[in-house]
Amino acid sequence: MIKKTRNNISRRGLLASGATLAGVLAAPAVARAQATAGRLVIVGGGFGGASAARAARDRYPNIAVTLIEPASQFVTCPYGNLVLAGRSADLAGITHSYDKLVGRGVTKISQEAREIDAAKKTVRTADNQTVAYDRLIVSPGIDLKWDAIKGYDRAASAVMPHCWVPSLQPVTALADKLKAMADGGTFIMVAPPNPFRCPPGPYERASMVAEYFKKAKPKSKILILDAKDGFSKQPLFLDAWKALYGDMIEWVPANKEGKVVAVDPAAMTVETEFGKKHKGDVVNVIPPQQAARIARESGLTGGADWAAIDTRTFEIKSAPGVFVIGDANAAPPMPKSGFVANNTAMRAVAVACSQMTGAAIPNAIYFNTCYSHVGENYGISVVGVYRPNADGTKIDEAPNSGGISAQGATPDIRAGEATYADGWYRSITNYMFG
Amino acid sequence: MTTRLRMVSLGLATAWFASPAQAQMPPVAANGCLGCHGVDGQGANGIPAIMRVQSKADFTATMKLFAENKKPGTIMGRISRGYTDQDIAELAAWFGKP
Repeated sequence: MIKKTRNNISRRGLLASGATLAGVLAAPAVARAQATAGRLVIVGGGFGGASAARAARDRYPNIAVTLIEPASQFVTCPYGNLVLAGRSADLAGITHSYDKLVGRGVTKISQEAREIDAAKKTVRTADNQTVAYDRLIVSPGIDLKWDAIKGYDRAASAVMPHCWVPSLQPVTALADKLKAMADGGTFIMVAPPNPFRCPPGPYERASMVAEYFKKAKPKSKILILDAKDGFSKQPLFLDAWKALYGDMIEWVPANKEGKVVAVDPAAMTVETEFGKKHKGDVVNVIPPQQAARIARESGLTGGADWAAIDTRTFEIKSAPGVFVIGDANAAPPMPKSGFVANNTAMRAVAVACSQMTGAAIPNAIYFNTCYSHVGENYGISVVGVYRPNADGTKIDEAPNSGGISAQGATPDIRAGEATYADGWYRSITNYMFG
Repeated sequence: MTTRLRMVSLGLATAWFASPAQAQMPPVAANGCLGCHGVDGQGANGIPAIMRVQSKADFTATMKLFAENKKPGTIMGRISRGYTDQDIAELAAWFGKP
């Protein structure tokens, strides 16, 4: 089966004539099926988008798969924190190429997607290509809410790095500042309100900085100022911090005046909601978040921060044929994790491709597994098993399942979870990029 | 929207799963296994291989032991309690030795 990939893509000039687009869209499904049963276009090449591309290519050989992603390489958020511990010197181990995905038959358009027209079923790219789709999976990730914390804008992030979106700022920006800090210094982390990308991530990050400090700068302190009163795997993190790092890490919840409302990069201070100022030698601000711009500006979030989805399908009710997966959607109680993005990508692909081919859609079950490294040979986890409710309005946890690792588990179990965390990273990145 | 979600009955789901034409299509519950055990169930870095390692009966028994906390493990007890008997039967058919 030979398919010209440019069949998917019409220059704006061609579309302006109207005839081409009308011809493509009006062609009966049967006629299109001679070459392909349909065109699946995916926006965003992270955990959701790359997984969707792989799943579609493996499982639906008669569907044409196009991935719109500007970058030639993907740097993962997961395992970035290990760079802070000094376990890796650079980003090489967490940087992945799209070449193998392309080798599997995915057409990659290396442009930023700018606008989705759900009525015309097209995506416009930064260089004004118009990409027509039959089904669209949108997995654009997050945007940071600049200025949600007073004074925290792009310029401030050069001084007080966020390192929460690798394509904007790699974790090495924070590692370099920690390396330059003198022993006895204070590292301040400003932790975000829910919901946000990778709920255990800030606390794994604090753990990895503590691992580095314990070896290289043992007189230093870590102060976590939190916009929340609790966090993922909290009892496990608190136990581990005490056991591994003594009183090095202090966590201040919102109800103890932990919520930061303003920063002053020149003074290296952060200010809490009741006016208390803290001065840090290195400050990491993880700001409030929202769905990435293309989801918000194309109307997929309905003016909200995140895209509401049919929980059975990940489809947007107001935009039939458009699915939003990954961190950009609202799918509580599932976390915004790489595992969930990968897992729900398979679901969105199954629904989208079955709609195009006319195949039956099986019932849904979703999973999450999130490992965190807390110290050397010390890993912890949270897992969840989920099902959508009958009318697609919410997601329920399967009874008696899921939850966090046991408190007080043996060192063997903690070491096992650290090893399995590495295995998870290998497996999931192999799924996307191997 | 012309295409509607069609939830298949248990019997149809089994037939769909067992169809040779769909041999490359794992059951939906297997999507959760692949995240750690690998795209082909091959395992990674101490995470055991699960594809064609056990008989279907042994695979089913292993899952039930995990669910009842009778088999030591890290996350599998917490996961296996989320499966229905039908999920486990489909997983055993997919991962078990033929």
